[in-house]
Amino acid sequence: MPIGDLAPELAVLLTAVAVLLLAMVLPQRRHGWCALLAAAGLALSMAFAWAQSDAHRLTFSGTFALDGATTWARFAIPGLTLLCVGLAPRWFATDRRHGEFYAMLLFSTLGAMAMAGAADLMQLVMGVLLSSVTGYVLAAYHRDWAISLEAGMKYFLVGALANALLVIGVVFVMGMAGSTDYRDLAGAIPDNPVALAGLTLVLMGLFFKLGAVPAHTWVPDVAEGAPAPAAAFLTVIPKLAAAVALYRLVALTPETQALPLLVALVAAATMTVGNLCALWQDDVRRLVGWSSISQTGYALMAVAVAGAVPDALPALLAFMSVYGIANLLAFAAIVELRGRTAIADYRGLIRKHPGPAIALTLAFLSFVGIPPLAGFLGKFALFVATLEAGLAWLVVVAVANTILSLFYYLRVIGPAVFSRPEGAMATLGGTARATFWALFALLLATTFLWSPVWSALPRALLP
Amino acid sequence: MLTLAILIPLLASLVLAFVPLGEVASRWTATGAAALSLVALVIVWAGGGDGFRAVAEVPWIPTLGIAWRVGVDGMSLALALMSALIFVAATAWPLKLHDARAYYAWMAFLAGVSIGLFVTLDLIVFYVFFDLSLVGMYFLIGRWGHGDAQHAALKFFVYTLAGSLLILIGIIVLALNMPTLTFDMRAMIDSPPLAAAGMVPGLVFLAFVIGFGIKTPVFPVHTWLPPAHVNAPGPASAILAGVLLKMGTYGLIRIPLQMMPDTFARWALPLAIVGVISILWGSIVAFAQDNLKRRIAYTSVNHMGYTVLGIAVAGSALGSETARQLAMTGAVVEMIAHGLITGALFLIAGAVWQRTGDYHLPNFGGLAGPAPRLTGAATLAAFASLGLPGLAGFVAELHIFLGAFGVYPWLAAIGLLGILITAALFLRMLRQMFFGDLPKERAGFTDLDRTETALLAGVLILVVLIGIWPTWLLSLIDAASLIPTPGAGG
Repeated sequence: MPIGDLAPELAVLLTAVAVLLLAMVLPQRRHGWCALLAAAGLALSMAFAWAQSDAHRLTFSGTFALDGATTWARFAIPGLTLLCVGLAPRWFATDRRHGEFYAMLLFSTLGAMAMAGAADLMQLVMGVLLSSVTGYVLAAYHRDWAISLEAGMKYFLVGALANALLVIGVVFVMGMAGSTDYRDLAGAIPDNPVALAGLTLVLMGLFFKLGAVPAHTWVPDVAEGAPAPAAAFLTVIPKLAAAVALYRLVALTPETQALPLLVALVAAATMTVGNLCALWQDDVRRLVGWSSISQTGYALMAVAVAGAVPDALPALLAFMSVYGIANLLAFAAIVELRGRTAIADYRGLIRKHPGPAIALTLAFLSFVGIPPLAGFLGKFALFVATLEAGLAWLVVVAVANTILSLFYYLRVIGPAVFSRPEGAMATLGGTARATFWALFALLLATTFLWSPVWSALPRALLP
Repeated sequence: MLTLAILIPLLASLVLAFVPLGEVASRWTATGAAALSLVALVIVWAGGGDGFRAVAEVPWIPTLGIAWRVGVDGMSLALALMSALIFVAATAWPLKLHDARAYYAWMAFLAGVSIGLFVTLDLIVFYVFFDLSLVGMYFLIGRWGHGDAQHAALKFFVYTLAGSLLILIGIIVLALNMPTLTFDMRAMIDSPPLAAAGMVPGLVFLAFVIGFGIKTPVFPVHTWLPPAHVNAPGPASAILAGVLLKMGTYGLIRIPLQMMPDTFARWALPLAIVGVISILWGSIVAFAQDNLKRRIAYTSVNHMGYTVLGIAVAGSALGSETARQLAMTGAVVEMIAHGLITGALFLIAGAVWQRTGDYHLPNFGGLAGPAPRLTGAATLAAFASLGLPGLAGFVAELHIFLGAFGVYPWLAAIGLLGILITAALFLRMLRQMFFGDLPKERAGFTDLDRTETALLAGVLILVVLIGIWPTWLLSLIDAASLIPTPGAGG
């Protein structure tokens, strides 16, 4: 057992345990130290990932793939989680279980990392379940606030169903193909209805994690009801992992036409549903939730052309990175504004707090894909890959949706920038503000870092 | 040098965004930046040369064939010069404002991206500037407009983003059909990537026509224009009409006409018909407007219709080569002339709004008495706009119709009606505003002050100069080099 191969994952796991123990011994008012410890563990994990970044092999009896996509996930997932950690300390300062939040966050991160690297269906199930179970807790972390509990409950119900389907799907596939190992499955999944149904059910489990139609209903509730730092985490990190896992799965069956078509249809449905539901939202957090569903729809375009064009994988990873940064930035602005959520409360924001107002504007314009923001480059890469594969209709749907999305983003930006402010607006400050500015800088820097990052992204997967 | 012309205003906008300058200092920073850009462009012009000149290239994303490429030919240099001039006039225009520093920051930003759009030679950079111009104008209209400005700004942004995304699809398909993935305009002009026949080129062409048509705007996708104009502050309207609308027709020439000439030739007739409908629709609807700015806005639809007609004729591959060159010359001159004339008209409308807060024409009259300078400028601009010989609009329309009669005589004949109606509507506007009795509530109306007079004079002198002695402009544009030889590629 080459235990060192999993050093980044183990670092997260051991840190989570350490955080849990620390939270038990520290008095509640000192639980901020747990955040620091969690951050250090995540940074350590990224350092280990750096050391292994050129590995290209399977490990642990072929259940875990060490390849470019895993490396990307090992940077993106702990890196963005680190920023979520930064948002939390002041938000949870009065929570009696403040310290345990970080432990839960780290366990969820571990689940995401396991999901992204999975090269075996059983391993995939393990990752999805770990990520989901901890996710329910994170969503319901405000235990005496009904909306938070409702979010956790909805997340749990949808998740329980999706995960059950996932497990059934794995059983079907294993029964038909005789293995759960991706090496044996690659190109060897029989083209019969049972195997296909099994694959579809597995996809359903991943669609849940991605927040894609038809398992998307939890996203707006979590975005609105979960504690804002947890909502930021749950709408980004599991999606990054699920995108990689989904891509691996679709790439296993290059000769089946049904799977890419299914993904393409789901992509079109997801972006459309997300945008239509966001149109008349009066709650900014729900609006961001619905918009994150539509963003998932765009990302699925790259999965739909997986294997057909060489640039599909880098397009997916690049788009998801930028989406993650922009979505975290939007939530960071909301956290900085102490979770303020009604659109009407954002009137005249730019005069009171120009920083969060400009950040929200930039994040939203990046979602739309206004150049030269990084969101444009991500969407551009997606469009190029999809057009190259000949799915022009999907691009047209995406374009129509982009126009639609501009409308509701402007419903927030317009009043925030053009109107006069009413009443006082409190801010959170502390590490949340520092994290907010870090994300702000990161989004701007992504435009300039695009060229080297794009050439460094992997083109091919194991196996 | 061209990069400088883009970067100076963008830097100025950064300075304005972060350094707490006063209102006057902000205004002069923005104006100075636009003026420096103008100087840089004049230096390029003085350098002379044929084809694409002052070319520079810095790689950006080499794996995707995207680079910072700048360079100008006669058409783009002329348009960039005109844009810079309009920006100087519009930023220097005296205005009572709230948040003046932010306003001038956006103006400088728009100056940079507009000039950038005309001088870039990379399709992606072109698209970047195209979209940024929407962002800049959105904030200008929404924040400093009047009336239902937020709604107008929203409509403007959503409408034109729809167009720009269609353009993006078209650009990507063109680039994917190149032998190696590249977004270099020169490479695509030299070897047009798509064949004429088939569905794909037709659809790509349609995407470009709709995309640029929205921006131009042509009938029936012009409906965003009147509210945007009416609610925008005067100088922003001048930029919207003078500079931003030209991006549509410039793109129409640069991309569909030059990069897919065979497809363009197949579809030139429908495009020409759209142009003629715009001519008639714009002039008839303008005639019916009682709002000063709305009226001028609809004449923009009319004038851009002439340009589209000229472009369609130039790319039709029918008739004689001379006719097509005449039409192309006319189309480009029309862009310059309309930019200057309508820019001036909107500045005048802005001056009227500053003094009265009213655009309703029947509320005016007899302004010739208290405001002779304003009357003079408005009369000159209106006559130029209706195509009086000796002024710039006439040169443009003469060329377009001479060319159009050689290719689509019937369409040209119908289009001429538009000139007639335009003449009537401008004469009526002049009568309503400046002659007759002065209403009581306009008693204290003041004439243009010195700055306003100087700025308008600067713009209008060029209108007269182009009208009397157009040779310098025609030789700069060099229309013959803009029209690709039919059947050259694909």
